[in-house]
Amino acid sequence: MDLLGHYNYYVVVILMMIGFYSVIARGNMVKKIVGLNLFQTSVFIMFISAGKVFGGSTPIYIKGVETYSNPLPHVLILTAIVVGVATTAVGLALTVRIREEYGSIEDDLLIEDDGEDQGRIEDGIGDGTGGGAGQ
Amino acid sequence: MRENGILRIIARFLIPLIMLFALYIQFHGDYSPGGGFQAGVMFAAAWILFVLIYGLNAGLAVIPERAMFVLSAAGALLYALIGLLGVVLGGRFLDFYPLLESPQAAQQAGIILVEFGVGVTVACVVMLIFTMFARRRGDLGKAWQPEDDD
Amino acid sequence: MVQVRDLFSAAMLFAIYSLLSAALFVVLDAGDVALTEAAVGAGISTILILAVLTLTPRYEKRRTRVDWPAIGVVVVTGVCLVWAVSDLPTFGQADNPVHTHVAPYYIEHAYKDLGVPNMVAAVLASYRSIDTFGEVIVIFTAGLAVFSLLSVRPIRSKPAKPEKPE
Repeated sequence: MDLLGHYNYYVVVILMMIGFYSVIARGNMVKKIVGLNLFQTSVFIMFISAGKVFGGSTPIYIKGVETYSNPLPHVLILTAIVVGVATTAVGLALTVRIREEYGSIEDDLLIEDDGEDQGRIEDGIGDGTGGGAGQ
Repeated sequence: MRENGILRIIARFLIPLIMLFALYIQFHGDYSPGGGFQAGVMFAAAWILFVLIYGLNAGLAVIPERAMFVLSAAGALLYALIGLLGVVLGGRFLDFYPLLESPQAAQQAGIILVEFGVGVTVACVVMLIFTMFARRRGDLGKAWQPEDDD
Repeated sequence: MVQVRDLFSAAMLFAIYSLLSAALFVVLDAGDVALTEAAVGAGISTILILAVLTLTPRYEKRRTRVDWPAIGVVVVTGVCLVWAVSDLPTFGQADNPVHTHVAPYYIEHAYKDLGVPNMVAAVLASYRSIDTFGEVIVIFTAGLAVFSLLSVRPIRSKPAKPEKPE
């Protein structure tokens, strides 16, 4: 096992697992979205580090430079970053709407709430959250 | 935050600088790292800084929401029209070589126009998303505080 | 960032993390990507999370017990990924398969055929133009989605909420 040659991939795996844990183990919606972004950023690091060539330079043509780093992963990741921010924005908008409809963004409180009368905010805050009851 | 003197002075200095830098990155996308996305996001960030310091209504007076809607669609439309222009002038969709005579100039012109469309759309969409979130807070008003679920 | 309960601190840590990964991209010779990640991650994503934090509670609910199944799943997945990594080519060698098929063509011909020194912009806007078109449509759709989600007026009939009975 080429341990030292793959150290960038090990870093990527560690970050990816931290993000994965945050998505599945944390109930708060905003934490989940932060974990998703962490996951995405680790994937970006993996692609960009796969495209690097030792001794190369940034892929911008300058007279006299022979080796360049690979521009193809950069193109992929540029698109991926923008799509990531689009996903984050839609996810956060959904979080705001969930908060308004059900009064809470913790998912175990939302599961308790499912099937009951959905507590809208106008009925009073104590109805929908059940934050005290959930403890 | 308008009352805070330090923030106001720094914002007055920084916001035009950021917008200018965004335009620089947009049009120098051919020669240095940059291009449409980076420039669009930076321009939107400058506008968001303006809104954070002077308030949402002042920000919407500068760039009204109707303009954001129209320009975001216009940027994507510009991209599609450049592609169709390639078809009309004899190539395939998004071919740049029929646009001008010398192939290098045609490619550069095509790239600059296309990146401009991308930059406009990205800037307007990010500003629109921020306006949607900020207006939500403004609608709910001061009387509603998010309580701590503790 | 995962363990803190104060979501404001989590947002600030997220911004710092994005900036550090942008610095990492600079070290890995990716100028365009570093610029985009710094602008988008430390700028837009953080601002949006903070904007949502003005609308939702700031503190996460206290977790009393450790979530063992989640840790189990994460550890198993991590071990499988680490085992799979050993098949990947070594970091940074110039004869990796990723560098040998299409990339040399782009590196050779980007300046000669297009006159554009920035190879990433050349590939993005000229060689792979349709993908960038798709991306513009994606970001436009995201704007539409956020608009359609958040244009519903919040149902707020009374101006002040009653106090939650403690």
